[in-house]
Amino acid sequence: MTPPAIAIDDVTLGYDGHPAVHHLSGSFAPGSLTAVVGPNGSGKSTLLKGIMGMLPTLGGTIALPQRDIAYLPQRADLDREFPACVTDLVMLGLWAERGNFAGIGGSDRQRIAAALATVGLEGYGRRGLDTLSGGQLQRTLFARLLLQDAAVILLDEPFTGIDESTVADLMRLVEGWHADGRTVIAVLHDLDLVRRHFPKTLLLAREPIGWGATEEVLSPDNLKRARHMPAAWDEHAPWHDGQTPPATGHDHHAGHAH
Amino acid sequence: MWDLFIAPFTEFAFMRRALAGAIILAVSAGPLGVFLMLRRMSLAGDAMSHAILPGAAAGFLVSGLAVLPMTLGGFAAGIIVALLSGLVSRNTVLREDISLAALYLISVALGVVLISLRGSNVDLLHVLFGTVLALDNDALLLIGAVASLTLVGLALIWRPLVADSFDPAFLRSVSRAGQPAHMVFLGLVVLNLVAGFQALGTLLAVGLMMLPAAAARFWVRRLDAIVGLSVLIAIAASYLGLVASFAWNLASGPAIILVAGAFYIVSLLAGPRGVLLGRLPARRHRIA
Repeated sequence: MTPPAIAIDDVTLGYDGHPAVHHLSGSFAPGSLTAVVGPNGSGKSTLLKGIMGMLPTLGGTIALPQRDIAYLPQRADLDREFPACVTDLVMLGLWAERGNFAGIGGSDRQRIAAALATVGLEGYGRRGLDTLSGGQLQRTLFARLLLQDAAVILLDEPFTGIDESTVADLMRLVEGWHADGRTVIAVLHDLDLVRRHFPKTLLLAREPIGWGATEEVLSPDNLKRARHMPAAWDEHAPWHDGQTPPATGHDHHAGHAH
Repeated sequence: MWDLFIAPFTEFAFMRRALAGAIILAVSAGPLGVFLMLRRMSLAGDAMSHAILPGAAAGFLVSGLAVLPMTLGGFAAGIIVALLSGLVSRNTVLREDISLAALYLISVALGVVLISLRGSNVDLLHVLFGTVLALDNDALLLIGAVASLTLVGLALIWRPLVADSFDPAFLRSVSRAGQPAHMVFLGLVVLNLVAGFQALGTLLAVGLMMLPAAAARFWVRRLDAIVGLSVLIAIAASYLGLVASFAWNLASGPAIILVAGAFYIVSLLAGPRGVLLGRLPARRHRIA
């Protein structure tokens, strides 16, 4: 059996010692196409940040055999007022190859133009970011992912607030990546879309509810359990483990039998 | 015309030195101001410029109005405030703007008290508003060295600084260069404020950074164009400010900043992205 693209072993991630992802174990197989679903605050984005190493784990380990990984953050993190054009944004996708200093040459320009054509934005290179619609911006960000050419691709809510035809176009790119044998993990809210396109699903509600074939994971029973996730942030939840000092340990939810 | 615009500089060496100092400063402070503005750190730049005051004042207490001690003191104090304000806003409930306001109020009060311990009101005015007409060789050398270092430093951190300014989350996913680039940038800002303090004083040094950058934003869209235009505006403000100060016997540092302020107000009103033209309904549109 091939080793997993990402192996997650008893991982807890969170903020200020409170877990947002709680005791998650499992793995993403190379070339798998997985949707991560769950209610707001269920730890989906947190999990992606943990995989990217942008958030230290409170417990457990995340193993990535190869660091060749592309990440699409939520769009709120992007400053659209910044005086940059579509090409400037897409060009960042060459970072792994060109780094801080190497020049961007003619062949790079052609690749940028080709990526823009692939996402349906031919000729948009000089447009300012502040003039783009939400869908056009998302297409631009997908063009950047194309340039990154990574083996593992993480998408954080790529289709939120995007119209259907754009979603359909971008989904074709995702399926293309899947056909290439890349590992794709996407945080999504639209369960119908997940059922139609994603073979694997991870259902999170801070605790993992299910992880496996989409049809089995998205059972009515599982979805009901996910909806009843305790929304409260319990300030006084007891520490999970008497031996663990607060600085490195994490809270456990009150009333949760473990 | 000749008498007004050229003669002061051909006849008086101190005017030539002032012009050289101000122009060199404009070339290096202009681009930094653009990034301060785009990174929403205008207030931070303001606070750092005020923070230089007590450091420079400490240098003044030790050795009077000499360039090197005041510069070193000012640089140390500026760096401390830059780091402190970041630390306070990250680790406490206070937002960055209030922590900056607190730090710079303390700095100004402390600086004025320190100088008045030993100096006269003239010394105080010198430190607060600079003496661009009395730049000696040491001060000119300092300004030149700082400007050279700034342009080289900015070229080295340009790409990560730009990326960190508009898509920080993405930059963190591909590179660790964002944080070091930010630190180098802060260091360059403080260096320029310290150099500018010789000519324009602590209160105005930040003006030559922020006003041209803000004015340029109303005219052009692209980053390189904004940087270029803000440098041109800063140079023009330096020259016209010196001309005005000579012709009408105005304080030279404030005159330079006032001209830069005039550029800002004109741009605000008349620039294509300003309040007047920006609000005009577009009369024409393209077919696609």
